[in-house]
Amino acid sequence: MCTICGCSLGNLKIEGGHGHAHNHDHDHGHDHGHDHDHDHGHAHDHHHHAPDGTHHYGRGPAHAHAPGLSQARMVQIETDIMAKNSEYAQANRQSFNRRGILALNLVSSPGSGKTTLLTATIEALKEELELGVIEGDQQTANDAERIRKTGAPAIQVNTGKGCHLDGHMVGHAFDHLEMAEDGVLFIENVGNLVCPAGFDLGEAHKVVILSVTEGEDKPIKYPDMFHASDVMLLTKTDLLPHLDFDVDKCLDYARRVNPRIKTLMVSAKSGEGMADWLNWIRASRDMFRIGRPAKAAE
Amino acid sequence: MHEMSICESIVQIIEQQAAAQSFSRVSRVWLEIGPLAGVELEALRFSFDVVTRGGVAAGAALEVIELPVTGWCMPCAKSVAVTQRYDPCPDCGSYQIQITGGEELRIKEMEVD
Repeated sequence: MCTICGCSLGNLKIEGGHGHAHNHDHDHGHDHGHDHDHDHGHAHDHHHHAPDGTHHYGRGPAHAHAPGLSQARMVQIETDIMAKNSEYAQANRQSFNRRGILALNLVSSPGSGKTTLLTATIEALKEELELGVIEGDQQTANDAERIRKTGAPAIQVNTGKGCHLDGHMVGHAFDHLEMAEDGVLFIENVGNLVCPAGFDLGEAHKVVILSVTEGEDKPIKYPDMFHASDVMLLTKTDLLPHLDFDVDKCLDYARRVNPRIKTLMVSAKSGEGMADWLNWIRASRDMFRIGRPAKAAE
Repeated sequence: MHEMSICESIVQIIEQQAAAQSFSRVSRVWLEIGPLAGVELEALRFSFDVVTRGGVAAGAALEVIELPVTGWCMPCAKSVAVTQRYDPCPDCGSYQIQITGGEELRIKEMEVD
């Protein structure tokens, strides 16, 4: 059963993969090679390392740890529930690193204009950078098709009932994405300001996109996402003259939730602010590539 | 919505532990959850009952240890108690607070047969 995505329900589809996501129960362990070993380690180590200094060796009758305990024994495991996703994310991170690919995880609510912004971004950068896109949606391959029209390779991941992409889905999709080295990978997450905040995909940065047609208080309504992001893009700014959206308030809210967040204002339609956004991508890619492990080390 | 997938992860961890430490039934599971873990406890309990059915943790009781949110106020240079991400420092009113605890989401221990 797939750990994180709950896709035992049989709804996960990755384009270009083995389009029969239902039976990938069988494949997981083998394909990736990054999910073995780990848990055994835990089983042995953790008894000795309880943070409160107590020692539990897991065998024999339990100590008076829980009231009414008799025959049963206690197994102390102290295991992070998200550990599995973190392993996948870490494997993705290594593979992005090896190939010199800056991965950006774009998150927002549905309808914020992520795909429009992304196509405009790709059009502007495709001559100078190698680009690739992983598109996450519950259903349809519409977005990937929109991206492919720009000429950039794109893979659609349909999460089915899932509300977010996870590290495992992205690893699979990346395997199928025919993307050149040393480029920029955009991962367009499922439109959702809640769940994707908690799932590391191995990206270098989360970029949260908020359109001015939404409420300016979204950063404090959905603080987890704005906290987890390094950059906030305020989009559709060409519409500002027609709206009551209070930009300063919005930026203030975002900084309350995340004092380190960078904020950029862009309009994919008028092109306003796009230069800053493109420069941020270029600069992040340059920073990312400085000091990365040499290819020979692989 | 993602409580269901979190429970899938919990069950997977339990099953791996069951194989590694040879037990066949789990009667009680203790989770440590911080308020900022993004988990709705009611949804988690509901999902846990559904997801554990038919496995080693079927019918197991779920005990949740709720951990506090703590933050580090940069202007005051000390730990302060907050309740959510955009709380100001209770002493100086600054929003420059780094959350240092409250995002935990882990299985602490289990009672097994």
